[in-house]
Amino acid sequence: MPDTSTIIEFILIIVKAGAIAMVLFGLPLPLTWLERKIAGHIQVRLGPYRVGPHGLLQPFADMIKLLMKEDIVPYKADKLLFVIAPLLAMVPAFAVFAAIPFGEKVTIPGLDYELTLYLSDMNVGILYILAMSGLGIYGIILGGWASNSKYSLLGGLRSSAQMISYEIAVSFAVIGVVMLANSLSLLDIVRAQGGNILHWNILYLPVGPVWFFIFIIGSTAEINRIPFDLPEDEGTLAAGFHTEYSGMKFAFFMLAEYIAMVTVSVLAVILFFGGWNAPFYIPLPIPPIFWFLAKVSFFIYLFMWIRFTLPRYRYDQLMNIGWKILLPLSLVNVLATGLMRLYF
Amino acid sequence: MIEQFFFYMFAIAAVVSAVLVISVRNPVHSAFYLIVCFLQVAAIYILLRSPFLAAVQLFIYVGAIMVLFLFAVLVLDIGREQFRERFHGQTVPALAAVAGLFVVMGILVVSGKITAPLGPFDEPALMKNTEVIGKSLYTSYIFPFEVVSILLLIALIGAVVLVMSGQGKENKG
Repeated sequence: MPDTSTIIEFILIIVKAGAIAMVLFGLPLPLTWLERKIAGHIQVRLGPYRVGPHGLLQPFADMIKLLMKEDIVPYKADKLLFVIAPLLAMVPAFAVFAAIPFGEKVTIPGLDYELTLYLSDMNVGILYILAMSGLGIYGIILGGWASNSKYSLLGGLRSSAQMISYEIAVSFAVIGVVMLANSLSLLDIVRAQGGNILHWNILYLPVGPVWFFIFIIGSTAEINRIPFDLPEDEGTLAAGFHTEYSGMKFAFFMLAEYIAMVTVSVLAVILFFGGWNAPFYIPLPIPPIFWFLAKVSFFIYLFMWIRFTLPRYRYDQLMNIGWKILLPLSLVNVLATGLMRLYF
Repeated sequence: MIEQFFFYMFAIAAVVSAVLVISVRNPVHSAFYLIVCFLQVAAIYILLRSPFLAAVQLFIYVGAIMVLFLFAVLVLDIGREQFRERFHGQTVPALAAVAGLFVVMGILVVSGKITAPLGPFDEPALMKNTEVIGKSLYTSYIFPFEVVSILLLIALIGAVVLVMSGQGKENKG
């Protein structure tokens, strides 16, 4: 019979996993509103304004619309894969968060119990995250194929080629960070950047900024956002891989995409911007989680900003950037990082 | 006890999906079941206390190789007739081979010859095995490691050469 502390640990893990899942499920609501508002401001218009004050209730209206919409399965679609594909896109997006830390231990005031702000400290954490986030692609490829439509199939094919090309660059960027921290564990990576802003990987000159540059471009391509959203290029492919999807199945794809954006923002903060470390010493009791969330919010904003600022690349340009610029650059940078670690 | 339950769960899922890979008619479905099979194998690696191998299995096999595989299968144009004939007359030799393997493995298991000595690592050391793997790869196994990398390089160059020669013919014609 296990003792009480094991049972408490067990219950805590379930509670924490549940809490993270609930937050992730709820997150697209404010994010869609923000995305539309930011789009409005960048394009000098108001954005959603009718439903609730400043359009604040617009996401709920959208949600009701998606729930009420007819759920269409095309007559000639592959029924099994068509239904499974949105889940294949969504589940890995959630599973990634099993390894993501949000902070070190905190003591709950009053209870005197130490709570860790992460689900698990895997010693292969970053590798697990890369592997899991790569699995989301199957939702897109199989969904595109199962729809039995030319646009969807082309979207799925583009997506798989794009993923393979940019996954290499992203993995190299992560290898660079692993070389700097000497560990695959995300907690150790953040700990290695402790202290002030000068210890952050982004300021490990000259290779840090290059790694960040490769990482952010590669991951923008992997999460299918402008300027790399070729798999759902509405100019040439209708809506790409999700052309045939409607209702909640479509919502699952969107959910996965928003969570992927949050994941990439979180990873950028953990890998390059010191995680929950404060940028400089402030003699105030600011909790570390504040810095973490502030930095993550900045990156989410950055992705939305880019989306409404840049045009889309052509497909051959996309391949050229991946194979002829990012890949050689990462190879040179691995060498430079290794030499710097050896001699400095 | 719990571990055994999980092992049987993953093992049964792996075997069932592996059988489905060769028995379903549609090549895309086959690829899908192969992905499922690889996922179960990754889970079994975790039960064997090698999280690094599990993550690499997910990353390389499921995340990269199967994506390329699917890419190729999706653009293949396979006729309906080939769907119908699934085993291409290999049923009898395949069954014989499986039966032979089963007998050999059975004899080995029953006679107790299938055992490997545990390494000098206890459980917590095994869970942090990334460093151990790295060290043994670059010291005791450096020669096979380099041979494999040269082999992969040759395959890479071969693929490029094949594509280039095909392009040349098109231009001439």
